[in-house]
Amino acid sequence: MTHWLCDPCASVLMQVNPVPWARAQMAFTLAFHIILVPLGVSWSAMALIANYRGIKRGDGDALRLAQRWSKYMAVTFAVGAVTGTVLSFEFGLLWPQFMGKWGEAFGVPFAFEGLFFFTEAIFISIYIYGWRRLKPWAHFWSGIPIPIAGVFGSASVIAANAWMNSPQGVTLDSSGNVVEVDPIGVIFNDAMPLMAAHMIVAAYLVGGFLVASVYATGMLRGRRDRYHRLGFIIPFTVAAIATPVQIGVGDLLARWVYENQPVKFAALELVPQTGSDVPETLLGHLNSSGEVEGGIAIPGLASWLSDPSTGRATVVQGLDSVPADQRPTIREVNIVHLCWDIMVGLGTLLFLFTLWYWASWIFRRDMPRSRWFLRGAAVTGFLSVVTMEAGWIVSEVGRQPWIVYNKMRVADAATTNEGVWITFIAVALLYAGLGTTLILVLRGMSRRARSQPALEEASVPYGPRETADRR
Amino acid sequence: MSTAAAIILFAAVTMYAIFGGADFGAGFWDLTAGGAKRGRRPREVIDHSIGPVWEANHVWLIFTFVVLWTCFPEAYASITLTMFVPLTLAALGIVLRGASFAFRKAVFRTRLQRHFGAIFAVSSVLVPYCFGAIAGGIASGRVPAGGQAGDPVTSWINPTSIVAGLLAVSVTAYVAAVLLTWDAGRLSDDTMVAYFRIRAVAAGVVAGVVALVGLFVVRSDASYLFDGLTSRALPLVVVSVLAGLAALVLLRGQPRRGGRAAAVLAAAALVLGWGVAQWDYILPESLTVSQAAAPAGTITAVLFAAALAALLIVPAFVLLYMLDQKSLLPEEGVDEGPEQATEVTRSA
Repeated sequence: MTHWLCDPCASVLMQVNPVPWARAQMAFTLAFHIILVPLGVSWSAMALIANYRGIKRGDGDALRLAQRWSKYMAVTFAVGAVTGTVLSFEFGLLWPQFMGKWGEAFGVPFAFEGLFFFTEAIFISIYIYGWRRLKPWAHFWSGIPIPIAGVFGSASVIAANAWMNSPQGVTLDSSGNVVEVDPIGVIFNDAMPLMAAHMIVAAYLVGGFLVASVYATGMLRGRRDRYHRLGFIIPFTVAAIATPVQIGVGDLLARWVYENQPVKFAALELVPQTGSDVPETLLGHLNSSGEVEGGIAIPGLASWLSDPSTGRATVVQGLDSVPADQRPTIREVNIVHLCWDIMVGLGTLLFLFTLWYWASWIFRRDMPRSRWFLRGAAVTGFLSVVTMEAGWIVSEVGRQPWIVYNKMRVADAATTNEGVWITFIAVALLYAGLGTTLILVLRGMSRRARSQPALEEASVPYGPRETADRR
Repeated sequence: MSTAAAIILFAAVTMYAIFGGADFGAGFWDLTAGGAKRGRRPREVIDHSIGPVWEANHVWLIFTFVVLWTCFPEAYASITLTMFVPLTLAALGIVLRGASFAFRKAVFRTRLQRHFGAIFAVSSVLVPYCFGAIAGGIASGRVPAGGQAGDPVTSWINPTSIVAGLLAVSVTAYVAAVLLTWDAGRLSDDTMVAYFRIRAVAAGVVAGVVALVGLFVVRSDASYLFDGLTSRALPLVVVSVLAGLAALVLLRGQPRRGGRAAAVLAAAALVLGWGVAQWDYILPESLTVSQAAAPAGTITAVLFAAALAALLIVPAFVLLYMLDQKSLLPEEGVDEGPEQATEVTRSA
């Protein structure tokens, strides 16, 4: 694209293969966006819990939390909205052949996603406007559509992603072109229910831990008032409920992958050859000749987990069951397996940590008092984000080399524009700035809220206009 | 069926041109409002005017994309392959604009506000120019059919694209100035009414001149489009010109409600005129709407989603608008009222 700038550069630029850069850019922008998703989906629910409590019990602290959260939420939602808009550009800019061939099926869920996103955006505005403009209960109810739209919106996006794993609802002609589309079949493809559930529960898990970890940090710094306590308990309880649920959903999803995407399953369990009595390998990797090296092997566990009814006799299909060009490369297998271990490992760790919290409530009717608990809680936000990112890498890299499972390769889907490496660098820099600024702005808002409560009130995006009209 | 999808598509483009365009145009006036002190009051009016629903406006763009890639995937692939550079610039501009607008409202120090404000304003001009240039490239038949790339440079740097880009910037500035005049009138700020009125007239004149020059450019550069504009789309062109003039007339004295509607109508007729002029091509002279259309199942789903959107979103918008007009209630909320807060901000 830049050949008109200078000729010597042109010859170099022409040789840059756009495919890895397109993958890198898509991965990077999605990895960024996915951090904002949980906040968009679950923060509103937590704010409404606080709001409900505030009205029901006349709890001023809870009400103040709800009011502040609704404002922080607006800022993260705004940034999530623009990074989401970028993704809709990228579908076409990076994957034009994919969209050209499959857009009529893959695109359908997005028609509904757009609808839910719009609903969410408007009701966030309404909710923020509603403070002091609506009666308390009316205001509370005006917020209810936000988490509902969030759940349906993310379910729609995941439906599209699930369709890439399980491309159903399309009729192809002899040359492989789409001739008819069954929208219901596309949206409710076989992979959709479990994948959507896994992501929505993840949104509550990560959102809960992220918000709670901020208040845990505040409490560690000595802000142990009731406001901070409540600001911790509400989100942490949400996360502590979501975590065990997520383990159950994740287990079901893994078994779905075992049955429907055996090659992906072989990559995440690190199984080079088909066989029974397959060990569960913790860590470890495939060497250049495709053999498992290192790691701790637990005999028979992968077989047993895949189908407990047949136990260790369960046959697990290996990577060698398909030709090399139809499965992830060794490097990709190693990435998938490592991320799988990280997801399962950290997920288990987070689950054990929530047991501490529950035990304390059951036996002492209070949250744990130990500073070590708060220290642990302060890092759960970060850890849960890592867990989610790892899980997402498992899903995406595990599908390689396919963009549409067994129907279209990533390499055939990508743009032919050689300039993608430039846009990748530009996007990476822009997002780095965006992320840093977002954190600084949120910190600034919170600091202002503590020192000058009146100032913080005035301005957020979506917020009520300043009083220029009522002078 | 494919015609219905094309109508939905152009409705979405028109909505984006009006609502998104008004936002971008407000950014243009923000850019040209001068230094922090001189530009303070105009910027307050601008902020006040686009604050409430600014982000919702981008939904029209997303909706445009969604309709395009589901109902006309082949055209979408061709456009994104060909228009890689201007689309990328527009995407980056939208990120910068949205984020800096959000951040500007959330920070209080003037220096920071100025930085975010500058980014916001510059990208507000860049984005409509890029979209205009893309529209010009499509309309002048520079995007080939078949999911193939056209020329990466001349497809968007060419006479029609340049004219369309300038037209997009001037029309968005014009619409925004008319809306801002009306808003200033609602705030009964006569200085600002005069301030934006003169800008509305200036932008209207510029848009008119660009459009006139554009007709000559299009005649030599894009004959299919020119033929369409002077036959099928002629009524819309006439409506656009008349409405544009009427809006300026209605701004005299105290701004009246009709002025807003007329300005919006002028912009809408312009965009629709483009669509009608290139009918029945989606990519002029290489791909028709019916050739490009997706299977019936897909289009039905999109039409259903559009109907559902109208059903859900219109009442929500009405509610938001009503709340916006409503005065504060004392019952709920913590005693950190926006009123007193603003006073503190002002005096600080």
